Parts: sequence; C-alpha cells; structure tokens
Amino acid sequence: MPSFTDAAFGEPDLGAARMQMALSLGWHIILACLGVGMPAITLIAEWRGHRTGDLNYRLLARRWARAMGVLFAVGAVSGTILSFEMGLLWPGLMGTYGEVIGLPFSLEGIAFFIEAIFLGIYLYAWDRLPPVPHMLSGLPIVVAGVASAFFVVTANAWMQQPTGFDTENGRIVSVDPWAAMFNPATPPQTVHMILAAFMVAGFLMAGVYAVAMLRGRRDRYHRLGFLIPFTVAAIITPVQIGVGDWAAHFVAENQPVKLAAMEGVFHTERGAPLHLGGFAIGGELRYALEIPNGLSLLAHWSPDAEIVGLENVPEADRPPVNITHWAFQIMVGIGFGLLALCAWLALTWKRHRDLPRSPWFLRACALSGVGAVLALEAGWTVTEVGRQPWIVYGIMRTSEAVNPAPGLIWGFVLVALVYAVLTVATVYVLRRLARDEPVPVAPQERDVTDYKVI
Amino acid sequence: MQLPEIMLAVLWIGMTAYVLFGGADFGAGVWDLLAGGARRGRDQRELVEHSIGPVWEANHVWLIFVIVLTWTGIPSVFAAIASTLYIPLTAVALGIIARGAAFAFRKVSRELWRQRLFGATFAFSSLVTPFFLGTVAGAIASGRVPPGIAAGDLVTSWVNPTSLISGVLAVGTAAYLAAVYLTRDAQRVGDEALTQAFRLRALYTGVFVGVMSAVGLFVLRADARPVFDDLTSGAALPLLVLSVAAGVVSLALLAWGRSYLMVRLTAALAVTGLLWGWGIGQHPVLLPGITLDEAAATDAVLGASLGALAVGAVLLLPSLWWLYATFQRDRTGEHGEPTPRS
Repeated sequence: MPSFTDAAFGEPDLGAARMQMALSLGWHIILACLGVGMPAITLIAEWRGHRTGDLNYRLLARRWARAMGVLFAVGAVSGTILSFEMGLLWPGLMGTYGEVIGLPFSLEGIAFFIEAIFLGIYLYAWDRLPPVPHMLSGLPIVVAGVASAFFVVTANAWMQQPTGFDTENGRIVSVDPWAAMFNPATPPQTVHMILAAFMVAGFLMAGVYAVAMLRGRRDRYHRLGFLIPFTVAAIITPVQIGVGDWAAHFVAENQPVKLAAMEGVFHTERGAPLHLGGFAIGGELRYALEIPNGLSLLAHWSPDAEIVGLENVPEADRPPVNITHWAFQIMVGIGFGLLALCAWLALTWKRHRDLPRSPWFLRACALSGVGAVLALEAGWTVTEVGRQPWIVYGIMRTSEAVNPAPGLIWGFVLVALVYAVLTVATVYVLRRLARDEPVPVAPQERDVTDYKVI
Repeated sequence: MQLPEIMLAVLWIGMTAYVLFGGADFGAGVWDLLAGGARRGRDQRELVEHSIGPVWEANHVWLIFVIVLTWTGIPSVFAAIASTLYIPLTAVALGIIARGAAFAFRKVSRELWRQRLFGATFAFSSLVTPFFLGTVAGAIASGRVPPGIAAGDLVTSWVNPTSLISGVLAVGTAAYLAAVYLTRDAQRVGDEALTQAFRLRALYTGVFVGVMSAVGLFVLRADARPVFDDLTSGAALPLLVLSVAAGVVSLALLAWGRSYLMVRLTAALAVTGLLWGWGIGQHPVLLPGITLDEAAATDAVLGASLGALAVGAVLLLPSLWWLYATFQRDRTGEHGEPTPRS
C-alpha cells in the first residue's frame, strides 16, 4: 500500500480517471449552462406575460419552468457527483490543495443552496403566490446561478494560475484563500464561461422552436418561443467574441505552452502565422492553411511579436497538440458561425421587422443549439487538455493527483453506463414534456386548465 | 474554541441537517418502495411525492456542504477517506444520480409504466444509497481508514461488522424519520387511514432502529472499542442517554399520543443525539493517529470559509424559512391533495 508521500503514479488508471472526469464534467457542464441561462430567459417570458397579459408568454414561461425543474434536478445530481469525484479520482490534488480552493466551493455551496430553495418556491408556488412576488422569487435563481458559475470557475482558474499559497517540503504552510480565488485567470475565464452559459441556453431553447417552425408551426406562440431565447443569445454572442479574444490574450501572456498547442506552434518565431486546420505529425504542423503574421498580430497586437513554440518545453511537459489545436478551432469557428446567424436575423429584422424568409435560416437556427454545445465542449477541452500534463499548472502533475487504488476503470465503466441511461431518459422525458398537454408545473396547479393549450 | 473545532462543529451541523432532512427524503423513498401495487400504494406515493417534491433539492445541498467543508477544512482526511472508500462512495454517487433524476422524471410522467419504472428506480436507490453512506460512517468510526491516499484496504474497510450495522442503521433511521414526518403530514391533510398507516410504520421502524442501535453498541464493543468506551463512559454518554430517552418518548407518543408534531421533534432529537454522541466520542481523533489539529487547514482558510458561511447563513436561513413556510401552510388543494411537508 502506498503511503501519503509516495502516493502516486497509478499510471494505468490515469486514463480511466481522466475519462471519467471528462465524461462527468462534460455532461454536467451542459446542464449547468442551462441552469444558469434558462431561469433568466423564463423570467423574461413571465415578465412579458405579466405586462402584456398575453397568454402565449405565460404558457411559454410555464413550459420552460417545467423543463427547468427536470434539468435542474439532473444537473444537481450530476454536479454532486463531481464533488465526489474530486476526492474519488483526484485525492492527491484535494489532499494537498483542497484548502486552497475550498473557499470558492463553500461560496458555491451557498449559492447553489439559494438556487435550490428559490427553485422549489418558484416551481411549486405558481398558485400560492401573487404574480409579482412569484416573479421576484425567480430572481434569486438567476443571481445565484450566475454566482455559482462564477465561484466554480474561479477554482478552475486557480488550476491554471495557482496563486495564494506557500509550500514548504510539499506541505501547505500559508494560504490566502481570497488571493487564490481572485487569481489572474479568474476575470477572463469566469466572464467567458458565464456568457457561454447564456449562449448555450439561448440557442438550445431557440433551436427547439426553430424545428417546430420548420414543421410549419408558425403561430405567435412558436415565434415568441424562438425569439425570446434567440434574442438573448444574439445580444451576447458578439460580446462573447470580444471576451474570447481577451481570454486568448490572457493565455498568450500567461500560458504560452497552451497557446502553442492551441495554434500548433512548434518552433519559437517572430511574425508567426495563424494556422487554420492541419495536423501535428512528427514535431510539426502539417497541411495547415497559413495566414502570415496572423498569430503574432492576434495574440500580441503586433505582426512581429514573438510566439514561443512547444520546443521550449520537454516533450513530457507538452499538452496533446492535435486535440487542443482542433478543439480551439472548432470553438472559434462555431463562434463566428453563430455570430453570422445573429447578424442575419438582426439585419433582416431591421429591414422587414420579421424573421428571414429563407428556410435555411431556420435550419441553421435549429442547429445553433447543438453548435453552441459543441463550442462549449471544445472550449473546455482547450482549457483542460491544454493544461496537461499539469493538474495545477506548473506545480502538480495530473499523474500525481490521481487515486492510486486499483480498479478505477470499473468505476469509469459504471459511470459511463449510468450517464448513458441518464442521457436517454432525460431526452425522452423532455421530449414528452414538450408534447404534454396541458402543462402543470406541479400537481397543485389546477388553474392551468384555464390556459388554452396551443 | 479554536477555529478547527468551530469548523468541525459546523461540519457536524451540516451532517445532522443532511441526516434529518435528506435522510428523511431517502426514507420517504423506502416507503415508496414498500407502498405496494400501483393502485393500493397510490395514496402513500402521492403523499411522499407532495411531501418531498418542493424541498428535496434544498435538503440534498447539505451533503454538498459536508463534502466541501471536509476537503476545505481537513483536506488530507478527505483525501484518505475518498481514496480508500472509493467503492462505497462511488455507489453512493451513482445512487444519488439514479434517485434524484428518477424522482424528477416520475413527477412529470403520465403513463403508468413510466411512473413505475422511474418510481422503482427512485425507491430502490433510496434504499441503497443510505446503506452505503452508513458503511462509510462505520468505516471511519471503526478506525479502518488510515491516513494516506488509498492506504486502507479497499474492501474490508467498509465490509465489516461496524460498517454493515451502520449501513442497516442508516436505512432504518431514514425510514423511521420519514415515517414520523409523513404521519404528521397525513394528519394535517386529514387523511385518517394514511395517518394510521404511517403511525404504525413509524412505530415498527422506531422499535427496529432502537434494537439495531443496541445491537450496534455490542458490535462497537467488539469491533471498535475506543468509540464504544467513549460512548458509554466518556463525554458522549449524556448524548447517548438523551438519544435513548428521546427515542423512548417518541415511541410512547406514537403509541398512545396524537401529537405527531411533537414526535417529529423527539425523533429528530434521538437521531441527533446518536450522531453527536459518535462525533464527541471520536473527537479529537479523526483517523487513526491523526487529530483534528494536525489535519486542519490553516487558520486563514478556516476563517475565510467560516466567515463566508456566516454571511451565507444570513441569506440562507430566511430563504429556507420562506420555503418551508410556503409549503407547510395548512392548505388543501381543490382536489384534496395534501400539502407538502418541510
């Protein structure tokens, strides 16, 4: 049995642990984004319904709230699993640095608690509270959701830019938890993630109604169901592109190795070109389309700026280039695609006060949700795979953090099975919910029969 | 009290809240499992659903608090427990997924077969999850989790007399608390048959938990002597006495009284006494050879976290109060549905 100090190096299981973490985190992150974005969009609909008396808005708000209830429940449990896995898979990280990153998780716990409390009130008290207090009971869900995302991402930011502690002989001797939480990577990463959450929620929700409209249901109910979430996402998308640029600059300054992997730069050079596509084979990037001086210009605002190449670090300290490079390009590519879609709607709306006529617009919108999710996952892949082989950048290797106990692969297999079943069940239940008529949010809601179901 | 002690006390308060509220939600799932066929068990299942529906997510968060506080406050202990006990803890994690998701799915299901499928998943995981949580508690109490990462035996650390009796006790306690809470809910709704049904269940499980606790003491004596000694002679003895007394009063009230609201209090007191007795009995040793002071995080971390929690409590407590108050008001739906419990 390994002791605390030489606890390490269950190399054969590192892969299983990483796959399990990637699966659970990649799964949870979609639910988390919906948990952050959906309440705000639902409240907008409820508020409009209250102001205008238009039943369409109120029916939308109720349907969304009902889906939110299911998604929140699934997101809450998949999030809980992650807190288990922090210890089950990465005891080396938590045993040493648990206290350094504990504060944001405690704060996240409070935020999540508030979210759960007000969600209980919001979902179950439609007929117990007058309309305005009911809407107000939804506000803390929005605030707490955004706060949760902020706190959790600060912990990840710390893993990129570990600050706020001193060690002696591998033991933590002093910690400034606030400095650890507000580390240099916190501002760009948290803002980027929170905006991504609203984009994912907005495009996914709009996508559902785009599909319905393609099938010929073009009444006011479906138009509003499309327009409210799409407008939210459309406002955020250009902002997100700017924030993404900020985040990339941050990486260029602070994690040059990650930038080199993102861009497939092997040799340090001035006036580095921007690579589109291409594969890393045998120590260089091949078959890429090069835009001269593009990378230097984008990363450092100067066409002749120096870009550090991967050759500067030993091979064992380099992240996998192909995964990081392609994930980054997929994220950026989809981001611009979504921007174009938003611009299309904005221009048409300005001219005709209407949606674009072309069915291609709706087809693209139907896919926008999936696209946003892909971009989200790709972005996380850049963040996490680009940091490898470090779990704490430059300080602790992922292989030092992993649980050395045998048999982690079985845990992964089980978790994968459970998530497969969970995915099928969630999709199935949501599809049924969308068709269900009428739409009570909770069994208490008898007044819902007053609504005309469309 | 020093900061580490305060932190441990806060952690234990979180644990108590999880056992009292989250535990009762698990217990409600156990009763759901035992409610019988779809027709016969319908009333009971409806009561269960209405009782835990609005509150179970909030009740569940206590567990996250306990986990986060453990890794923040006593990181090396967290790492030792999680790595050695990763088998039962993985089972707990999967149980929590199955349970939470299936409960939400059943709530929005219409057809009987779906309600059955999701209901069975919800109910079965309600039974399994507290059992594994109990084995984890037993493993720690009996000193089978040594300090160090994955330093303990991966199987015998949680497959042993103390762990197994703790697992059974955890399931029994959950079922007992749930039956007590549900008795009061059924009474408030005015459903005499349901009230009697759950009153009887509360009585049986109360006796069962009492007997199991007594058996547990003997198991502890043979298997985990230090904890037993502390429980029966040390500072923890008053708590054990309190627990037994509250348990006996609860049973008497259930058998002859009508004040089911009062039973909620005494039942909670009995469980709380047991939990705190264990905590005090084991204090200050957390894992064999590791005391609280050795394992505790630095004061800066503890101070910041406790401060944050104190500020958080100012936001949380009124919110929680509003949640419970909203759904505890005596109000019956137009179709005679019971109102949910806290």
